[in-house]
Parts: sequence; structure tokens; C-alpha cells
Amino acid sequence: MTVAEQPLSVVGKSVYRRDGIGHVTGKTIYVDDISFPDMLHLKMVRSPLHHARIKGIDFSEAEKVPGFVRALTYKDVPKNIYTILCLIGVGPDDEPVLAAERVRYKGEQIAAIVAETEEAATEAASRVRLDLEELPAVFDVEEALKPGAPIVTDWGTNYFVYEGHECRRVRFGDVEQGFAQADYIVEECYQTYPTEHAPVETTACVAKPEPGGRYTVYTNTQALFFTLDNTALILQIPFNKLHFVGGTVGGGFGGKVDVIVEPIATLAAMKTGRPVKYKYTRTEEMQVSSTRSAWRMYFKDGVTKDGRIIARKVTSYADSGAYNRHTPYAVTKHAANVAGPYAIPNVWIDAYCVYTNRQPASAMRGFGVTPASFALECQMDKIAQTIGMDPWELRFINAYRNGDIKPHRKVVEDATLIEVMQAAAKLVGHPLPEHLLAMNSWDREAR
Amino acid sequence: MAKVRGTGIAAVNYPTGMNLGGDPTQALIHATTTGSFVISLSSTDLGQGLKTVLAQIGAETLGVPFENVLIDTADSDTGPHCMGTFASRATHRAGNAIIMAAKEARKVMLEVAADELEANPADLDTDGQGNIFVKGSPDRSISIVNVALAAHFKYGRTISGRGIYIKPKSEVDPETGAMDPDSTEAHACTVAEVEVDTETGEVTVLSIKSAYEVGRQVNPALVKGQIEGGSFMGMSHALYETTNPYYPSPEYHPTTFSEYVLPGPHELPIIESVVLEYPSVNGPYGVKGVGEMTANSPIPAIVNAISNAIGVRLTEFPVTPEKVLKAIKSKAVA
Repeated sequence: MTVAEQPLSVVGKSVYRRDGIGHVTGKTIYVDDISFPDMLHLKMVRSPLHHARIKGIDFSEAEKVPGFVRALTYKDVPKNIYTILCLIGVGPDDEPVLAAERVRYKGEQIAAIVAETEEAATEAASRVRLDLEELPAVFDVEEALKPGAPIVTDWGTNYFVYEGHECRRVRFGDVEQGFAQADYIVEECYQTYPTEHAPVETTACVAKPEPGGRYTVYTNTQALFFTLDNTALILQIPFNKLHFVGGTVGGGFGGKVDVIVEPIATLAAMKTGRPVKYKYTRTEEMQVSSTRSAWRMYFKDGVTKDGRIIARKVTSYADSGAYNRHTPYAVTKHAANVAGPYAIPNVWIDAYCVYTNRQPASAMRGFGVTPASFALECQMDKIAQTIGMDPWELRFINAYRNGDIKPHRKVVEDATLIEVMQAAAKLVGHPLPEHLLAMNSWDREAR
Repeated sequence: MAKVRGTGIAAVNYPTGMNLGGDPTQALIHATTTGSFVISLSSTDLGQGLKTVLAQIGAETLGVPFENVLIDTADSDTGPHCMGTFASRATHRAGNAIIMAAKEARKVMLEVAADELEANPADLDTDGQGNIFVKGSPDRSISIVNVALAAHFKYGRTISGRGIYIKPKSEVDPETGAMDPDSTEAHACTVAEVEVDTETGEVTVLSIKSAYEVGRQVNPALVKGQIEGGSFMGMSHALYETTNPYYPSPEYHPTTFSEYVLPGPHELPIIESVVLEYPSVNGPYGVKGVGEMTANSPIPAIVNAISNAIGVRLTEFPVTPEKVLKAIKSKAVA
């Protein structure tokens, strides 16, 4: 019996979601609803400049604010430089929890202020005086790769190094031979802009010291153990000193896979012996939380008169902002997907993870694939227009089938592109010619 | 003033999971003496309804009512490890782990029921209504509450199960990019229809109509929720959203939703969808995943529709009124 034929009782039924009533009536408990009688509040002193050397920090006026408890700087953080994906072997560590000598983007965390109230913490943070020496900044991915550009990273290049290469490569077939055999060469540059996740619930946590020497952290992370493990590594404490509680999130979209608020709030709880809440304001969510990377993608396709795409060369630049976070991985995922759900015999992809003096990018819904799908689907229309073919027809005749090999050498086994195109055409009442209706994803000859 | 209309299409694939660092998730199940089956996890519900669909998968495999399955998730002291809810992986990974755990728990449950009914476990089945019965003799049955009580007080057995799903780590070949980075592919095709005001540059999305193929739908209403939410999010990305409106310039960085503009309810277009089911070979009950992809096809479909309407190919998003007017002007100059 195949899976499709299994008789099922509750899988496949639209049962009511159990948390739905709580969500729509405002009864669900989110992290910001959690409060303790002696809880402190944490606010950040942030860089007002895109790129600067830190020469001094003066807390004297901040300390005078009623309710001020203490400040934290990089000197208080046991392992200050980290990168989230060190847990799966991605490196090097590059991002400070609190900036030490240099800030690399406007809004970067320099010092934490812990106070009795949110208002006192905000007021005290605003009174910290920073002595900064402004440095030249770079914002464009291609400018950042030119000789003489301001260098953002500590390792000396404005690109991530993929096993000795300056970009993630995909090499499949012979793309130059494909171009030589093509009747048309279709080129275009596509650009996407940074996008904020815009969750209703902003990033937040409460870290609470427990009598037994452990710390309970209430968090809206999307990845409980990723966050716990990184927090323990940054604080240089055993993993089992931490107890993370989460599971209900008011919108993530990838923005809550970063590990930003938990380590510093837990450190503040350790230093003060009291619960500490660190919650992003909407402005922080907009200005300093991660975004989706901006992507610039250069496409060059070789196409025959009858509409076969026989060669595709793509050079992509992801704007990672100032630090790694998840972008090095997004670039690899992009490289695996930017040729698209089409059978193209010759593919060359160079995908760069580029550092600039911008707020860091990171994971976001569609991780490296959203820009790829955008560019390649606009490119499909451009090819159709260039060669004078119907855009539906072009997609059908190039669609990948089960058994094809993708450019990253993976055998296609779950393809249904043809079927969804047939269903979409039917849904909108767009008549497809017989030869397209006769196609399917399992039999290449059925056309 | 003129209003022009255009239509655009986009067809996409989307991969499930990301295992370049390995990609495991565990689930533990135990029966309580109240008739509840508790599934312990560390997976996070982002509002998409994960707790509900995972309870459905657990109930299906255990053969017990949905109402008897509780999800206890995201407490690191009690829940086993999960990589997290991202990469459209949660239903696929946690679902597979739950099936493995539920099979083990179901086996013990049927063995205890067999002892109580003086029957062979192989001759028993669950009715999905909270009872276990002898196949062919439905009057010989026992409730799952009584089985749970008997297991604990009479036989000294735990009705419990352990499950894990791992997609092993794939190394990327640095020269060729050869890799096995995901488990399966879902697909979508979107057709968008727009109206462009050539005087103001404003774009009105009239309709977003899509066909999806997501393997098995565990909960069709929640799949539809993903598709409709993703369509509107995709429209918002296509027309409005960015933190750097003059990228790469960092100027005009928004601070609130009054500057980072999102479409309102009055801009909601007609959203229609159909869902095809071609079960995947490795997902729980054939699940693929629908978490991330639902914004992906609407964006190029809408941008292609605007290009179609104004007769100029657009190559960026978001397509703001300013960019529409510049594109129209460039055509006039050319």
C-alpha cells in the first residue's frame, strides 16, 4: 500500500487548533507577560555610527539615574566573540556580544544597562557618553569586494571563505559550451532589498536565577537548544546550568533564530542575582534586529530557438551586514536552488556572502531561496519575451522531472512542478494547449 | 490618469529541512493513567499551528482520539532535543520522530490490552474513539484509560515510546557544490493580477491564485492559513517592505510601522488556492512542508504582472510607486 492509499482518521482533518482561542482572545501568555517582583530591566547602549573605533565609555552620568543598578561591558562577557552556527561547524567566530574595540554597524551593542525599571534603564542608557572615532564605511556588496574597501571583518576579507574559496560554487556541465550552442543569450541583474521580519511580538527573554544555582530563561526563540547551547558557550558555564522554557512565539519568520537577548540577559542575572528582562522595542526590531539579506544576482542564460535553457551562469552577492549570523548557510542554500526547478544541463554558480557596515542579516522565511525564486522567475519571463514564447510554455518545457539530476548532483525524486502549473492554469481559467496538458513529472516523453 | 492591468506567473520549488550540519529531532511519548498520551518535544510553535498538527500525527499513529494527545514542548529540562522550528522542517522532522515513538507506545498498549482481553496482540486494533477491540469481535473491547490503569497498577509496564528522526550531515564539495542539503521538495505556481495607476505609480493587487503541492496535508485549514498568510506577506514584500528604501544607502531607515509600511486589510486581494497531494517518500504520512514557501511565488508573480501591465521589465522588489513611475518614465524616454 502506498502512503496515499492509507486510510487515515485524524491526519487530513481540519481539527481546530488548540491555541487558537487563546491567541485571538489575548489570553495566550507570551514572554513579555512574564514578570517577577524583583525583576530588573536591561537596555542597550548602541553605536550611533556605522563604523567606528571605540576610544572610551563614560558611565558617570548614567550611574546617577535613580534605579540604575549596573552596567555591563565586553569585559564582563566570558567568551565575548561568537558565531551562532559554531554548533554545526561554521566559523570563524566573529560577532561580539558587546563591542570591544570597534563597532561595525549603526545600532551595534556596546554596553548593557540594568536598572530597576524599563524607564530608568532607558534613561541611563541615553546618558552613557561614548568616545568614538568614525571610520570609513562600506554599504554596497560589490564596492566591499574592491581593493581598498574598508574591511569589516577581523580576518581581512569582506567575504566568507568557503573551504578556501571566496564564494560557494556549483559547477555542472560546461556552461561556456552551452553558451556557444545557444541561439540567444539573456542577461539581467536582479536586486532584492533588506526586509524586516516584522513579528507582532518583538524579540524578548526573561532570565531568572534559581535557588539551586541554575538559571531559568523564558524565551521566544525559534530554536530552544541552539539558543541554550550558544548562551552556555558565551557564558562559559555548563549546559545543564541553564533551563530554557519557550515554545509559544508571536511570529518568528526566522528572526528569532538569532541568539541576541538571552546571553546578555542571563549574564545580567548572574551578576545581579535578580531576574532580568531584555525586550526589543519596535524601533530596535526595525533598526538592529537581523533582516533578510539584500541580494544582487547576475543571470546569464543560453537559450535555443525552441526555448530550451541549455546554460545558466549566476553570480550572486548576499549582503550579510556586519557579521555571519546565518547568512553563510543561506548562501549555500541559495546556490543549491538558484538554477530553479528546471532541467538545465550546464550550470555555473558563484554565490558570495559579503560583509558591509549594515545591521546584520540572518535567517528569514525563504532563506536564500526567496531571492533566487524572484530572480529566476522574472528571468523566465524575460527569456519568454526575448525569444517570443508563451511564458507558460517556456516553464513547462524546461520543468524538471523525477529522475533528473540537479546541478548540485541531487537526484530529483519529489518533482511536481508540471502538476502545479497545470492546476494553477485550471484555477484561473487559462487554457493550456494539449501538449502541455499531456505532460507529467514522471515521464519525460509524455508531451 | 490611466489604470492598466497585467497578469504574471511564477512557479517555484521549496526544499524541506537543512542538514548541512545534521538535522535531528526527538520525541518521547508516555501514557498517563488519565488516558492522556503526552508527547514531549522541544519544537516551537510559531503561530502556524505546529502543536495541533503534531498532536494529529501522534493520535493517528497511536490510534487514539486527538483529544487524548497532549503536546508538552519547549522546556529544555523535560523535552528531548530539537534543532528548532525553521527551514520548513518542524512537521517533517518532529512528525517522523513522533511516529517512531508512537509505534513503540502503541505496541505496549496493545500488549497490555491483549492481556486484559485474553487475546493475541496481533488480533487487536484501535477504533480511534478511545477503545481497543478484538478484530471481528467489536464487543470484546477495552478503553485506553483502563489499559493505562492496568499497565500501571497490574502489570507494572510503561506505555511509552522513544522516537528520533535525523537527516545526516551532508558535506558540500567545495569544487562542484555537490551536496544533499534537504529531504524533499514542495511546489507552487501562482498567477497574480494587478492594476497599476500610471499617474501615481500605485499598484493594486487584484488577485493571487495559486496551486500548491505539499505532500500530505495534516490539517487542510492550517495549510490554507499558511497559503493565505504567505500570499499577503509576499504581496507586502513585493510592493512595500524594506528597512533600506534606497539600498545600498542606509538612509531613511524606518523606526516604526508608521515608516515601515505594510498593507492594510482593505488592500487584501482575492486569494484562492488549490492543494494537490503527492506524498513524499520520507515525510510523516507523506508530509513535505509548507512553512516558508508561501511568500515565494507571489513575489515574482506580482512583479511579473506589473511588468506585464506597464510594458517595462522590473528587476527589483519592493516595487514602490516611485519605482513604477521611474520605469514608466524610462520607457517614455526610450
